Amino acid sequence: MNNLALFLVSAKQISSKPIRALLLVGLISFSAQIHAAALSEESAAFLASHLQENPNKQYQWLTGEVKKQVTLVLDHPYYTLRVPYWQSGRDDNRKTVWILEEIGKHKPITVGIVIQNQQIKSLRILKFRESRGWEVELPTFTQQFDGIALKSPVDLNNIDLTTHIDGISGATLSVRAVTKLSKLALLLQQHIDTKQGSAKQLTPAPVKTHSLTNH
Amino acid sequence: MSLKINTNLKNQLTANFIPRKTALSTAVAIALFAGSSHAATMPELQSEINTLQSQMNALADKMETQTRVGSESSAHSQVASKTHIGGYGELHYNNIEGKTPEVDFHRFVLFFGHDFNEKIRFFSEFELEHSIAGDGQNGEVELEQAYIEMDLTKQLKTRVGMTLVPVGILNETHEPNTFYGTERNPVEKEIIPATWWSAGASLNGITNSGLSYDLVVSEGLNTPDGFNIRKGRQKSSKAIASDLAYTGRLKYTGIPGLELAATARHESNISQSQLTDAGAATLLETHIIYSKENFTAKALYAQWDIEGNAAKSNNADKQYGYYLEPSYKISENWGVFARYNEWNTTTIDANKNTQTDFGVNYWPHKQVVFKADYQLKKVGSTEQNGINLGVGYSF
Repeated sequence: MNNLALFLVSAKQISSKPIRALLLVGLISFSAQIHAAALSEESAAFLASHLQENPNKQYQWLTGEVKKQVTLVLDHPYYTLRVPYWQSGRDDNRKTVWILEEIGKHKPITVGIVIQNQQIKSLRILKFRESRGWEVELPTFTQQFDGIALKSPVDLNNIDLTTHIDGISGATLSVRAVTKLSKLALLLQQHIDTKQGSAKQLTPAPVKTHSLTNH
Repeated sequence: MSLKINTNLKNQLTANFIPRKTALSTAVAIALFAGSSHAATMPELQSEINTLQSQMNALADKMETQTRVGSESSAHSQVASKTHIGGYGELHYNNIEGKTPEVDFHRFVLFFGHDFNEKIRFFSEFELEHSIAGDGQNGEVELEQAYIEMDLTKQLKTRVGMTLVPVGILNETHEPNTFYGTERNPVEKEIIPATWWSAGASLNGITNSGLSYDLVVSEGLNTPDGFNIRKGRQKSSKAIASDLAYTGRLKYTGIPGLELAATARHESNISQSQLTDAGAATLLETHIIYSKENFTAKALYAQWDIEGNAAKSNNADKQYGYYLEPSYKISENWGVFARYNEWNTTTIDANKNTQTDFGVNYWPHKQVVFKADYQLKKVGSTEQNGINLGVGYSF
């Protein structure tokens, strides 16, 4: 970090604009290389299958109030400073893809979530690393999230979904992790929709809401 | 404009793991850099904003990359250690009629695991029962699991070492916050007999349909009398391996909320050929778990068929047990249950045991549980009714 700060100070001290611009371009392209390298094959395929237009990677920073809300959903802060997302389309056709991670028992589960109109269009397990709880990868489990939204009005102390998610015996921790990520994606979506001026009143499905059952 | 951007940037950097001194110097550096735009036009200011955003992302990229361990996983970078520690424990208070009330730290368990690489890992479970072990003490120190697991394909793995027998509901998943009742159910304890582990090798497969299977070759039982199953567990402690055991399990979890499973285990000789009148034995077990919203029902049946004159002459050649357990979660934190258990380790009806339990679990946290239940137990003709209280945790 200190080296990078010194780099920036040095950049300011360089009077030549072309050289300064060159340094910046170098820094930005270094950043872009990291972005490209960071996306796994599964994540790239998931992205390509849902967003056709080669969308840009954007970030939702997890600071201030957003950070507090994320901590409430997960029971702990998220693992990074910001969360990547990708968008394509306009208005009601705009889709957002989130790639998020949460630890089940010991290892992170990588989940891809597509949101349109503040409802989950698709949820898929992109990488499962735990020894137990593999059943969350089955379509019969992930399809439960299709069409789901946050229960409105959102109670930040008990953020809940509009539909109950049935658990899997012996996979409680994995189910819990995936369910948390579905709530997190929907919550972050609200923030970016608000920022982009397209936030809508939540329209929960007429389903009685229950909390996740512990098995 | 520049001042506002720089203030926001400083706040974000300071709020996210960057040491205060570093955040300050970074903000100053960016402020100096941005200071060149005093007389900037709007497009130039926009360009400046874009530049600052790029710098901010570059800083975050660098931070995230420095702590990453080769995976794309950001969560993985936060738990970069390849060695994992976990555990569980449970303290019980039992006040049963005809017995002296007692309090007992029944189990204190530590898990240790290590990932050698993405496909080879080690897992172990180390347990202290009843607080103190040693000569003349109540407790035992036991190694219940210690095995190497290797991924052969994405859907097939093998385990070599000491593993839990894939049978029943509790034998493999017995952290106290995952089941109702202070004490484990007597059917799985007396008939299966949980907790049951043995050394050997296994193949463990899963399929896209939700069907999974386990095939195990392992050490067998060594009963002292040819029929007392629970006393026959060798626990991989200089275990005699003359007569091996073969276990197969099919489990279906393809529908959320449903688990259907069946296990068959064949023991070549349950005295390891140490007794002339002992023979082979076969365990059959099946169970179902069904959850719909806050309601869960569990049912399990298990039976032994034991060959040899020792078992037959002691009326112990057939042993069985079953239980039914409905439960309901009143809220995220509270759940109630009832359970009817019946088992018999002999073929004599008068020796049939029954136990009805009902009680409550309270989870102040998903991994911490307080339990209270009442048992109506009849062992042969003796009643053992009473209260059980417990506290448990897992991590």
